[in-house]
Amino acid sequence: MEHSDVLLELKDIVKAFPGVKALDHAQLRVRAGTVHALMGENGAGKSTLMKCLFGIYRKDEGTILLEGKEVDFKTTKEAMENGVSMVHQELNQALKRSVLDNLWLGRYPTTGIMVNEKKMREDTKAVFDELEIDVDMNQKMSELPVSKRQMVEIAKAVSYHSKIIIFDEPTSSLTEAEVEHLFKIINMLRDRGCGIVYISHKMAEILRIADEVTVMRDGQWVATEPAAELDNARLIKLMVGRELSNQFPPKTNEPGEVTLEVEGLTGQYNMLQDVSFQARKGEILGFAGLDSSGRTETLESIFGIATRHSGTIRLNGKEVPNKNSKQSLAAGFALVTEERRATGIFGIRSILDNTVIASLKKYLAHGLWLDNNAMKKATQWGIDAMDTKTPSQETKIRSLSGGNQQKVILARWLLTNPKVLMLDEPTRGIDVGAKYEIYQLIIDQAKAGTTVLMVSSEMPELLGVCDRIVVMSGGRVAGEVDAQNTTQEEILTLAAKYV
Amino acid sequence: MKNPIRSLQQTSAHYKTLDNKDRQAFVMDTLLNNAIYIILIVFIVFTYTQNHNIISSSSIINIINLTAASLPMALGIGGCIVLTGTDLSAGRTVGLTAAISATLLQSLTTTNKFFENLGELPIPLVLLAALVVGGIVGLVNGFFVARFQLHPFIVTLATQLIVYGVCLMYYMANGNNGQSISGLSDAYKNCITGSIIGSLTGIVIPNYVIYAVIVLIIMWFIWNKTTFGKNMFAVGSNPEAANVSGVNVFFTTMMVHTLAGVTYGYTGFIEAARIGSNTANTGLNYECDAIAACVIGGVSFVGGTGTIGGVVLGVFLLRIIFVGLNFLSISGNMQYIIKGIIILLACSIDMRKYLTRK
Repeated sequence: MEHSDVLLELKDIVKAFPGVKALDHAQLRVRAGTVHALMGENGAGKSTLMKCLFGIYRKDEGTILLEGKEVDFKTTKEAMENGVSMVHQELNQALKRSVLDNLWLGRYPTTGIMVNEKKMREDTKAVFDELEIDVDMNQKMSELPVSKRQMVEIAKAVSYHSKIIIFDEPTSSLTEAEVEHLFKIINMLRDRGCGIVYISHKMAEILRIADEVTVMRDGQWVATEPAAELDNARLIKLMVGRELSNQFPPKTNEPGEVTLEVEGLTGQYNMLQDVSFQARKGEILGFAGLDSSGRTETLESIFGIATRHSGTIRLNGKEVPNKNSKQSLAAGFALVTEERRATGIFGIRSILDNTVIASLKKYLAHGLWLDNNAMKKATQWGIDAMDTKTPSQETKIRSLSGGNQQKVILARWLLTNPKVLMLDEPTRGIDVGAKYEIYQLIIDQAKAGTTVLMVSSEMPELLGVCDRIVVMSGGRVAGEVDAQNTTQEEILTLAAKYV
Repeated sequence: MKNPIRSLQQTSAHYKTLDNKDRQAFVMDTLLNNAIYIILIVFIVFTYTQNHNIISSSSIINIINLTAASLPMALGIGGCIVLTGTDLSAGRTVGLTAAISATLLQSLTTTNKFFENLGELPIPLVLLAALVVGGIVGLVNGFFVARFQLHPFIVTLATQLIVYGVCLMYYMANGNNGQSISGLSDAYKNCITGSIIGSLTGIVIPNYVIYAVIVLIIMWFIWNKTTFGKNMFAVGSNPEAANVSGVNVFFTTMMVHTLAGVTYGYTGFIEAARIGSNTANTGLNYECDAIAACVIGGVSFVGGTGTIGGVVLGVFLLRIIFVGLNFLSISGNMQYIIKGIIILLACSIDMRKYLTRK
């Protein structure tokens, strides 16, 4: 590798959060005129590394070289002005403002104290033409589909004359045609001599578009290799770093008779259409599918926090109303949501408060007041059973690592003695060690007779933990497979059925 | 409760592990986090050097009385702040319920009696009426906040106007023409401002201090020992997560506001007798002091955090400062400025604790 054409180099970056070393001497070296894929499992530290580059996090150690000069950006804006931009997975845009405003926010071209509207429009048109983007620049951002919003973000990066553009999971919400357009743009940027960092889980994509691949695992650099010399198997091995069989605890649960019957679930405000399935006592039923295929909505509809248009839910042969979370809870359902921060934790409350909130009635003494000792005992049970690492029960939950937060939330729901435990991406953003423990907890619950429904975007996880997998596509059930005798290919084919 | 000596030992052990730069930051943090207490102590010492009377039994009893008068309302508003809301209708609701209490409990011999033919009503019945009226205002606030997801600031801005309008019309009714209502019955005045403790021990602490303590205990119980209290903190901390966890967010929000309204009704009932001669301006701006007291006491607008003890402390501190300013003979105009500065300072220091450090 010639040193001269290295555009961006991240050397020995270290970043620690309370309880977790997110980055441990991570490396990345991007050359001009190449697409450099950054891969790794969830929680491998890819996003953290990028946040350190952009000054969103302060790195603890390490150096960042841009064209050979050391840089230390304090803000995203500073990074962008120096030619480093990022197209985020979760687009951070001013949705109520126009495309134009979003492009030039914070750096409006001016004459005197007036915004130079004409120049702004001309420059925008030039960039849009160059990238062959078909977007009305006067439209409100919120009126555009996600793919177009992403294009605007790319246009913004180009308009900064960025030398380095980072794409974070850019295709997760794009259709095939949109992906083709995106790849065309990326190739064009590469040919211009830009360095592209491409973060993605999708191996096929990476092998197609990337020139080089850097793999990270547990916050550490694992390997950097030319994409041409890689294949799926080698990539997985680099990413996982061990045999797949060690990744999951032995399955000891045994499915019994059918307990949960869901029939004709159709959403009032979401795209769910006639979703039906059955789940057994002691069974772990997985839900696979692409993003926004309706997996999360299925769980939310069963739990009653998303409105159903029609459909029935029967538990042990008896229909349950489940019109809101309170009823569902009373009927024996529990839901661990996907967005832990948004809908899971009570950040500034203690571990105790976070643990007991769903089962408060259990701790009422004489039906009148809450018994502190009973609540402390329950919390301690949760901490011990989940092996949660926390200084005390009074610790605020937000100061724990993601994995430990998730354990607290699991404990919260297990304390309600659920008959049906629904888990939405239970291991998202959790480090590898904690994942294994959570798998163990899930299997133990099933073994004890709970029916477990589990949504996950990580295919190996579904294959390793579940008994059967329902594959969803476009709000419908596309098929059902036996987890022991299926392949990722079969699931992916089903997942694309109604797209 | 934490053992103060042990936690002090832990702190000093922790301090020894720090390097120089971290020690500076640690000292700075500790000072800022306790700034409000430090300022208070400095203030009291300074006031004492200027005027010894601030630490006299009559001054201390005065501070306790004033604290007791404004505490229940602050406890009510505190709940709204825990939900990241606020309540601007508090003062006007006090005004209305004070008017109702006063007119229903005028002495039979008063000239210009508001309800000429009204006999002597039982005091608890009038208290109940005040609580119900306050509760209804709170219920309306809570309904609009919970049902339409309006910000409490907007809702209560509107309802305080409505309540004020009703209050003005009430004072105009029965040929009263907006005059102040006075001539309260002796039984009523005795019940509130009389002193059972005084007749037993000679320390003249009025009865409403005892009532305030009872309200305090009830509110402490509600906040700490009931599922409603736990739910309130959960909703304040993260309403989405609360909804998923089986908490009825709508009901909880309604009830927090209703409970707040009830405390205003209670305050109106007390204030009517405490003041003796009420006009439509009774209660004016009471909510400002109550909100300020909550924030100073650590009930943060971040939501989901705060304690009853904190509110008590906040009310108490605010009263000491107001009384102290009088002892320093600082003009009323200047006092407003100082109040404003204290609120700004307290909020800034409070917010520091919730900012994420990077």
